[in-house]
Amino acid sequence: MSTTAENSQRRGKAPAGERVADWADGRLGIYGLAKANMRKIFPDHWSFMLGEICLYSFIILILTGVYLTLFFHPSMAEVVYDGPYAPLQGQRMSDAFASTMHISFEVRGGLLVRQIHHWAALIFVAAMLVHMMRVFFTGAFRKPREVNWLFGFLLLVLGMFTGFTGYSLPDDLLSGTGVRFMDGAVLSMPVVGTYLSFFMFGGEFPGTDFVPRFYSVHILLLPGIMAGLLVAHLILVFYHKHTQFPGAGKTEKNVVGMPLLPVYMAKAGGFFFLVFGVIAAVASIASINPIWAMGPYRPDQVSTGAQPDWYMGFSEGLIRVMPGWEINAWGHTLALGVFIPLMIFPLVLVAIAIYPFVESWVTGDKREHHLLDRPRNHPVRTGFGAAWLSWYGILLVGGGNDLWATHFHLSLNQITWVVRIGFFVLPVLVFIATKRICLGLQRRDRDKVLHGRETGLIKRLPHGEFIEVHEQLSQEALHTLTAHDQPKPLEAGPEVDENGVERKIGPITKLRTKLSHGFYGEASQIPKPTPEEHAEITSGHGHH
Amino acid sequence: MSQDMSESEENLPSEPSHAHGGDVPAVRGENAFADPGLPPHEHRRQDIDERAAKSSERTIAFLFLLSMLSTIGFIACFVVFPVDKIIYVFPFGHVSALNFSLGLTLGLALFCIGAGAVHWARTLMSDEEHAAERHPISAEPEVKAQVLADFAQGAKESGFGRRKLIRNTMFGALALVPLSGVVLLRDLGPLPGDKLRHTLWSKGKVLINQNTNKPLRPEDVPVGSLTFAMPEGLEENQERFQKEIAKAALMIIRLEPNDIKDKRERDWAHEGIVAFSKICTHVGCPISLYEQQTHHVLCPCHQSTFDLSDGARVIFGPAGHALPQLRISVNEEGNLIALGDFTEPVGPSFWERG
Repeated sequence: MSTTAENSQRRGKAPAGERVADWADGRLGIYGLAKANMRKIFPDHWSFMLGEICLYSFIILILTGVYLTLFFHPSMAEVVYDGPYAPLQGQRMSDAFASTMHISFEVRGGLLVRQIHHWAALIFVAAMLVHMMRVFFTGAFRKPREVNWLFGFLLLVLGMFTGFTGYSLPDDLLSGTGVRFMDGAVLSMPVVGTYLSFFMFGGEFPGTDFVPRFYSVHILLLPGIMAGLLVAHLILVFYHKHTQFPGAGKTEKNVVGMPLLPVYMAKAGGFFFLVFGVIAAVASIASINPIWAMGPYRPDQVSTGAQPDWYMGFSEGLIRVMPGWEINAWGHTLALGVFIPLMIFPLVLVAIAIYPFVESWVTGDKREHHLLDRPRNHPVRTGFGAAWLSWYGILLVGGGNDLWATHFHLSLNQITWVVRIGFFVLPVLVFIATKRICLGLQRRDRDKVLHGRETGLIKRLPHGEFIEVHEQLSQEALHTLTAHDQPKPLEAGPEVDENGVERKIGPITKLRTKLSHGFYGEASQIPKPTPEEHAEITSGHGHH
Repeated sequence: MSQDMSESEENLPSEPSHAHGGDVPAVRGENAFADPGLPPHEHRRQDIDERAAKSSERTIAFLFLLSMLSTIGFIACFVVFPVDKIIYVFPFGHVSALNFSLGLTLGLALFCIGAGAVHWARTLMSDEEHAAERHPISAEPEVKAQVLADFAQGAKESGFGRRKLIRNTMFGALALVPLSGVVLLRDLGPLPGDKLRHTLWSKGKVLINQNTNKPLRPEDVPVGSLTFAMPEGLEENQERFQKEIAKAALMIIRLEPNDIKDKRERDWAHEGIVAFSKICTHVGCPISLYEQQTHHVLCPCHQSTFDLSDGARVIFGPAGHALPQLRISVNEEGNLIALGDFTEPVGPSFWERG
């Protein structure tokens, strides 16, 4: 009775929303959660929305993917096509292919959803790569965010394989060729390869099992793991609070920006619709994976210019440019020409994944970092990132060597050789060039701080000399340009201790100090201008 | 706990005596120009001019309205356009009317919501920046000490460290139990056996022309063209078709017997007609590009190139060995026949290939 009285009493005061929130708070404790997060501050920078594109395309993939499962038959049972697409009528094909044809030609809006799904997949992986590069080049992976870097990396790798298993499902001629390639790669593995291949395909390639098996991997296993990683990734972003670029009023101990409610609710929430809208528009005007043009898979047929989806392109490059080495001994065959690319494939990815740990080991930096680096202020890191990108890029060229040859009228064999050599040489050249560019930009920053900004105004002095007027930078700009660290390289310490006894310096310590000098030695950073230097120049006369 | 402090100082190198010297990386902001602090907030036009704010409001409302109209347009298009209607739209060419209209109306409906929300945030919501404090991620020393003590207490109460027998047998049981899961995977597929060594070809099997579905005769094989064949008895409607054609697919060309450089190839040919496996020895794509002047064939997947006039050896690309040749002859009806199976496995290399 008393509760009813209390309720009716309250009804007059509290609005309905508050009462619902009270109900939820009594069971879920939402007020505590909201206190910490509702007005959480997020810094603003255009590059911070790259991760949002990943999140939103993942959501779009789930939404459209669920729709597609309502119509797709993950079965390799043979059917004869009798649908509306005349060129394939009477052809034998798997039910998977036929149901994809059905989605494309008979389900109203089915083609649109299929195309949104595939476009979103391409954009998803591309956005993850670009987002990862943003995090890499600004040093956002440093403590305390190394674990989140790994979560993100795993999402990238899983995204690639989810994509691969997804585009193999329609069982068309192009994707079947990709599956055959995967089978060939598995077969090349010493000792276990043949068994793995038979277990994967339920017998000999292609068999009738791989579509249903890929299906459960594609719609359940991988997306399930990814959803978990994604939630963990986002929780950590909230928990760590977002990084910010250096600037006036921004320190390692604060986060400057606008609150989640209302600004980022509106901006980030709105951005989901922008991404979805753009992908829907793209899917309406740009055809993707037109399986009807390729036809159903037959192991004895192939089309020219066969290409995987772009994110698998670098593995395609590895397999195409590798010389066909093969060892036959003691009744066994080791197909190095396939096995080595299969091993380098994960290495390319792992090289970038472990970088945060290498950097923190080499530099001995165990502090927390919340202010982002400008790429120029870390020439070695930036050089490494650019070198990695060039490595990835040259493999993409190798993966499309036939298309490069036909589009640009080049010799296929020459392209292959360029990629073979470029695989080793290009990253080195790019590293050197990038590092020098970074140092040049550091010099320019130093110049700007000490001498001000070029205004473009020419002044004629009384004695006839022309000078360009330089304008002093604002205090904000001066601070921003000099806010970064210039760490000193590690030293191995003296070779003898205070008692004159020789100290043993292990090879690992030696390597580490050497690398540290590479990172932070004189050849890798231009000394920052100091306020004293600045004062000296600006106070002196004759300065212009 | 004595180790508490080391956390912040483990700046390396391993020798503790130098952990405090020049090894400690420079302090953040060292030599930085003084921080003037957050710049004062600057008002936007919408903050001070109510007319500008009203105009923003109208723009946003218009965007949301446009989204509503687009959704209605989407439903209308769904109802109006038949699924098979093709229209010409410049510059996209002939497109499906339904796909085109649904995609654009849906895209516009979504985009306008997004544009409206973002415009709202940028022009009407407060753009004043706030600074929030960060707190260190690591726990305070007291918290850590408490947790370690709790853990030690819990571990002690469990007897985990003291009763080694229990601990070790538990580890053993936990390590073994996943084996059941591994064993369950056994029936994913049969063992390979020698399945990859054999194809449908055998002595006397007639070569069936894949274009005409009729037995292939020597006179059907002209100079300079590539002919594809499969063994008699294999039909497209059989369940085994895909996996058998994946091994048995054959390509046939006619060469001048004198042009054949490899002796064995000449012996296994019939009047200059040679039959090779169509399945690339690299990763198993079907080879389909034939260069009639040089008798080179190229796999379109990874560009392995084979010289069919010289035992189909690899002359470029990633393939590891030559294409297997099928020994052929003619039977009394004048049809081309196989004189046996391939003498080596076709397709990609595998460990047991030898």
